[in-house]
Amino acid sequence: MSTETIERGNDTGTNTEQAAQTVTHAPNDAALRFITCGSVDDGKSTLIGRLLVDTRAVLQDQFAGITKSGETDLALLTDGLSAEREQGITIDVAYRYFSTEQRKFIIGDAPGHEQYTRNMVTAASSADAALVLVDATKLDWKNPQLDLLPQTRRHSLLVNLLRVPSLIFAVNKLDAVEDPALAFAHIRNQLAAFAHAAGITVRATVPVSALKGINVVDATKGWAGYEGPSLLQLLHTLPATPADHELPLAFPVQWVEKFSSSADTRQGRRVFWGRVAAGVAQPGQQVTLLPSNQTATVAQVLNHVREPGDVEAGNSAGIVLDREVDVSRGDWIVASVENTQPAADDDFDDAPASQPAWPGQREVQATVAWMDDEPLVPGRVYLAQHGHRWIKTKVRRVVHRLNINTLAEEDAERLEANAIGHVELLLQEAAPVAPFTQARTLGSLILVDTASHKTAGAVLIRS
Amino acid sequence: MNARTEPALLSQLSNRHLDALEEETIFILREVAAAFERPALLFSGGKDSLVMLRCAEKAFGAGRLPYPLLMIDTGHNFSEVTEFRDFRAKELGAELIVRSVEDSMARGTVRLAHPGESRNVHQSVTLLEAIEEFRFDALIGGARRDEEKARAKERIFSHRDSFGQWQPKAQRPELWTLFNTRLAPGEHFRVFPISNWTELDVWQYIDREKIALPSIYYTHQREVVERKGLLVPVTELTPPRDGEQVVTRDVRFRTVGDITCTCPVESTAATAGDIVIETLSAEVSERGATRMDDKTSEASMEKRKKDGYF
Repeated sequence: MSTETIERGNDTGTNTEQAAQTVTHAPNDAALRFITCGSVDDGKSTLIGRLLVDTRAVLQDQFAGITKSGETDLALLTDGLSAEREQGITIDVAYRYFSTEQRKFIIGDAPGHEQYTRNMVTAASSADAALVLVDATKLDWKNPQLDLLPQTRRHSLLVNLLRVPSLIFAVNKLDAVEDPALAFAHIRNQLAAFAHAAGITVRATVPVSALKGINVVDATKGWAGYEGPSLLQLLHTLPATPADHELPLAFPVQWVEKFSSSADTRQGRRVFWGRVAAGVAQPGQQVTLLPSNQTATVAQVLNHVREPGDVEAGNSAGIVLDREVDVSRGDWIVASVENTQPAADDDFDDAPASQPAWPGQREVQATVAWMDDEPLVPGRVYLAQHGHRWIKTKVRRVVHRLNINTLAEEDAERLEANAIGHVELLLQEAAPVAPFTQARTLGSLILVDTASHKTAGAVLIRS
Repeated sequence: MNARTEPALLSQLSNRHLDALEEETIFILREVAAAFERPALLFSGGKDSLVMLRCAEKAFGAGRLPYPLLMIDTGHNFSEVTEFRDFRAKELGAELIVRSVEDSMARGTVRLAHPGESRNVHQSVTLLEAIEEFRFDALIGGARRDEEKARAKERIFSHRDSFGQWQPKAQRPELWTLFNTRLAPGEHFRVFPISNWTELDVWQYIDREKIALPSIYYTHQREVVERKGLLVPVTELTPPRDGEQVVTRDVRFRTVGDITCTCPVESTAATAGDIVIETLSAEVSERGATRMDDKTSEASMEKRKKDGYF
């Protein structure tokens, strides 16, 4: 590995005057959580090392730790486990932090090996953006119809499936091919064709050299025929994951706060704490409690630090109801809607009945990313966690397995580790599920093995 | 000096990202209260545990902490810190459980290789004894992922087997905020609510929230000797070696722990705001500047965590 290009303390590409303005106007107050993924040895750890070093997030002692006899290996900044250093691979996600004048960043450095896909899925589930690295030197770049690596496809599909809002392809190691512009053009076209076929939206495709720092922090205009912004410049502009606040209220009860010693029944009421999964929690709302189907009105809403006020999806809230009802951890408080079914003649005078905006459902079609070494087996009962509720769940059948390379849906009896498939689940109790593409929290659950207690599957509700 | 240390910038340094960090921490603290039967919060009186305690006060309301505080005392702690720990626990009306390495030594479960050996590493034994004694099923700790490479790999809800071991190659996937808290008998979790905070975030939060800290976090004069690039405090436990010159310096502690392995840094910072500025321009990491015990091997933290260390 070359050392001459690795220097500490480059400027972040922003002068102080611009920075002062951006801090004042603070366009992106929220930290951006992004992951780096792609195949093994595509240079993920080196890219992160480059970002950390060039934004001065690496301090002297840490820098000394990655330099041995004059050779600096940026990848050693993130490969923190001894087994990783022994084998020179990334096993589990490393979380790293850096900030520029504009923004704080949280990086999840995801492993590339197929056998550690579960750790990549872990990192992607909380990410606002994904950088999928593509190693130009591993591809037949002179061929306009070149084949992409399976892990490039797998990780892009997973990122898309998990609704990570922004996907960026970073075509790396173009400094090591003889015609960077031609290589970038061919690879970019194949990436675009694959993304189109898979229904994946790509925010940008950027040629980089993580090792030499090209287009990582500062843009090198015209290199490999590319005139756009650098990766860091793109990262500054990416949105944080939008919460599902344009939907009817759904609120999983995390913790019930009881007041033990109050004679005043109003004061003695309980506060239901949790994170708003969809919609906005506000006083005066008519709500239905699931699974009991009781109804009530929201009397008061507290934000995560106990100040009264409305709370939007994505944030913690404390809800106080207008009357005593039986609610415990795991229950859901959801908006009530008037029943639009025409009333029967004989109850013409009754007030219209209300029903939950997110009715409970027991039969579920879902996409599963299977992560356990024990395969998913139809007929077996797993424990599902949905919101804060644990529900016994039987896998009725595997509908099909996705072929990562061809995107074809293939027949399958079971799902092995790292497979992605479509399954039918039967829940023991009805739960307010919704398609993941519509509502993230309602649409996601995990499957846990009843024997080992391992988290075995990431489940995305289809319908 | 780079652009980040310009005073004009610092006065405008955005701290609104702290709201999101605080929100995440409070969510996790409540999850532990709800999901476990016998949790405890590790509380040393240090800055990270004081930040967690402030979030816990907000999560549960003043005086309503739903779990006890637990301190594993090596017997080699700075008195300013242990006094502050006791004061703060009393002020909160919280139950404070202290278990000491010296008791483990008396029981014979801890044996030192030599009398001067650091007791820091032996805290693991006393901690596991306390977990067994109280049958704790979750221990909340103030570790941050920016502290050290092995920490950067750890889940927020970190599963430990019946020997208290962390198994880095077999960590449970942690998807969205669906924390799988299922346990077999004898196992427990270590939970890290401030995983995603950095040293700078902690100081910005202390500054914003006006959190009181033990006095040794701020500048004071102290007798030290210079050894291998560190300022080693001169104490009964860490006397100067032959030929070393004792000097008095303006110092503060970036981290506090066992006296035998914690060093101050040279500083005149008298307020949290001063420390925010120093942290922005720091050239050496928190552990690199202050810890004698992490330098022994590249993987020393990972090894200790596998042995049940926090």
